[in-house]
Amino acid sequence: MNFVAFQMLTGDKAKYFGLIFAIAFSTFLMSHQVSIFTGLMNRTQSQILDIKDADVWVMDRYTQYLDEVKSLTDQDLYRVRGVNGVQWAVPLFKGSTRAKARDGVFRAVILLGVDDASLTGVPRKMLLGTYNSLREPDAVIIDQVAFEFYFPNQAMRLGDTLEMNDHRVRVVGICDSAAPFQNFPVVYTRYSNALGYVGRERNLLSYVLVKPLPGVTGEEVATRIKAATGLEALTYEQFGWRTIWYYIGHTGIPINFGITVFIALIVGTVVAGQTFYIFTIENLKQFGALKAIGVTNWRITGMILLQAFVVGAIGYSIGIAMTAAFFETTKNVLDLRGFVLLGEIAGGTAVAVFLIVILASLLSIRRVLVLEPAVVFRG
Amino acid sequence: MENTQAVLCANVLKEFGQGENKTPVLRGVDYGVPFGEMNLLVGPSGCGKTTLLSVIAGLLDTSGGKIEVLGRDLSQSGEGERVKFRRKNLGFVFQQYNLLPSLTAAENAAVPLLAAGMKRKEAVDRAKSLLSTLGLEKRLNARPNELSGGQQQRVALARALVHDPRLIVCDEPTSALDEKTGHAVMELLMKAAVRPDRAIVVVTHDSRVFDFADRISHMNDGVITHVEVKRR
Repeated sequence: MNFVAFQMLTGDKAKYFGLIFAIAFSTFLMSHQVSIFTGLMNRTQSQILDIKDADVWVMDRYTQYLDEVKSLTDQDLYRVRGVNGVQWAVPLFKGSTRAKARDGVFRAVILLGVDDASLTGVPRKMLLGTYNSLREPDAVIIDQVAFEFYFPNQAMRLGDTLEMNDHRVRVVGICDSAAPFQNFPVVYTRYSNALGYVGRERNLLSYVLVKPLPGVTGEEVATRIKAATGLEALTYEQFGWRTIWYYIGHTGIPINFGITVFIALIVGTVVAGQTFYIFTIENLKQFGALKAIGVTNWRITGMILLQAFVVGAIGYSIGIAMTAAFFETTKNVLDLRGFVLLGEIAGGTAVAVFLIVILASLLSIRRVLVLEPAVVFRG
Repeated sequence: MENTQAVLCANVLKEFGQGENKTPVLRGVDYGVPFGEMNLLVGPSGCGKTTLLSVIAGLLDTSGGKIEVLGRDLSQSGEGERVKFRRKNLGFVFQQYNLLPSLTAAENAAVPLLAAGMKRKEAVDRAKSLLSTLGLEKRLNARPNELSGGQQQRVALARALVHDPRLIVCDEPTSALDEKTGHAVMELLMKAAVRPDRAIVVVTHDSRVFDFADRISHMNDGVITHVEVKRR
């Protein structure tokens, strides 16, 4: 009877394609919007992700997220270094300033000042140059977005200069950094230089990056630092999630994306459900005939579910392929980097489509189950 | 003693609705259809013919009385048993054919075999063979909308016969057909289905087919009023 179910489904091409379109559209909207959302949330922790050397970030105890920095004192750095289990601890400056090109083009940039001696926190994925060049006087490493902005339509090269807070700096490397939330250019320099590139404050130490001793976990050393210094200490994963949760809790982003995903879910369910229901109603006499002939209710339920799963599987495949194609074609667009279709999102969307298909078929199944086979004898 | 009756109804009652809205449709039907015969059930509209046919086919429960079909007491059978019983023993011919529009003639005729779990190829081959004997050998792959009314009714006939049922129930099989086609369908029905171990019950208004009957049961107001025995 599976064959009969399949033939019934594909017999009416308009409804068949209508069902597939509804599921595909719904799949595309859900997977695309969730991918953009997760990409955006991931961007909020971009600098945390980029710094691979340290396991623990130490910050002011009231810090809510990465970009909201309250400076620590140099004394704090020494206190952290004195905590049992700390292998090393280095300063990190994170702030923003303006960088201006020679032709006057300027833009706000994210400035990261890494430890002068160890260069801990410097980007490891270099597109041009080496990170060790940062040891040269007035050296900065900029990311690709910065280069494209200040030197548009030019081949990547080193040696250009920028002006930051009346200091002339020289580009010694171009790196591939994770996209920040607002897609600002990212500039790396040594900690001591960074302090000069921004306006003076009494304290400019943003974070202390910590490496635990071998055998000591990040969580353990973070707990010890908190107890010993009163500062907040988080592993990079904890800090990343704290930043993400800040944006989820304090911006309208999740609500907006949530509404879109919810609408996609509702539209998919309603359109697919309605089309499927009409399809069933139009075939009610045929289902009645099948029941009269001796096809059981279980078999008919199976036939309807098979029809629903066929359109679900085809619609999902088309929709998810559209999403994958979108991100594949935009992966080299700098402003859209970091947005990808994750396996988890594809899997989650599959579960949502499964729910749509189940909901869409429930009404139809109920209608057929309560159908008296004697209906076939009514003209 | 061998059972000679394919259908035996004794004081069968059927009511629709509940309470004050209860409407009796069958008011104590006594009715029998011997094996090897074609029995026509006739009467005015609303007299209960179709309800009686539905009860005989196990599509409706009775409200009282006893009904035995092919030796089985259907009034004592559950829904699941009745479904299995219908699948194995009954063939249906409907007024509006009720063919599945997306299946070919051969696939439509094969549906009872598919419902019984037979492999598709084997079922369709068997249906094709039967359709050929009914004169549709050139229309095996046509869909219902490509067939005339008479051809569609022949496909429906093949569907009713393909699994070799012992009781065939027909609801107005010729009412949508012209006289010539109606006669042809009845002839085929008689030729293919009337056998000593089988019986046919036909509900009809169509007096043009009365000559095909072995027996005509007249019904009025929910009861069989008289039975006319014919000689073909």
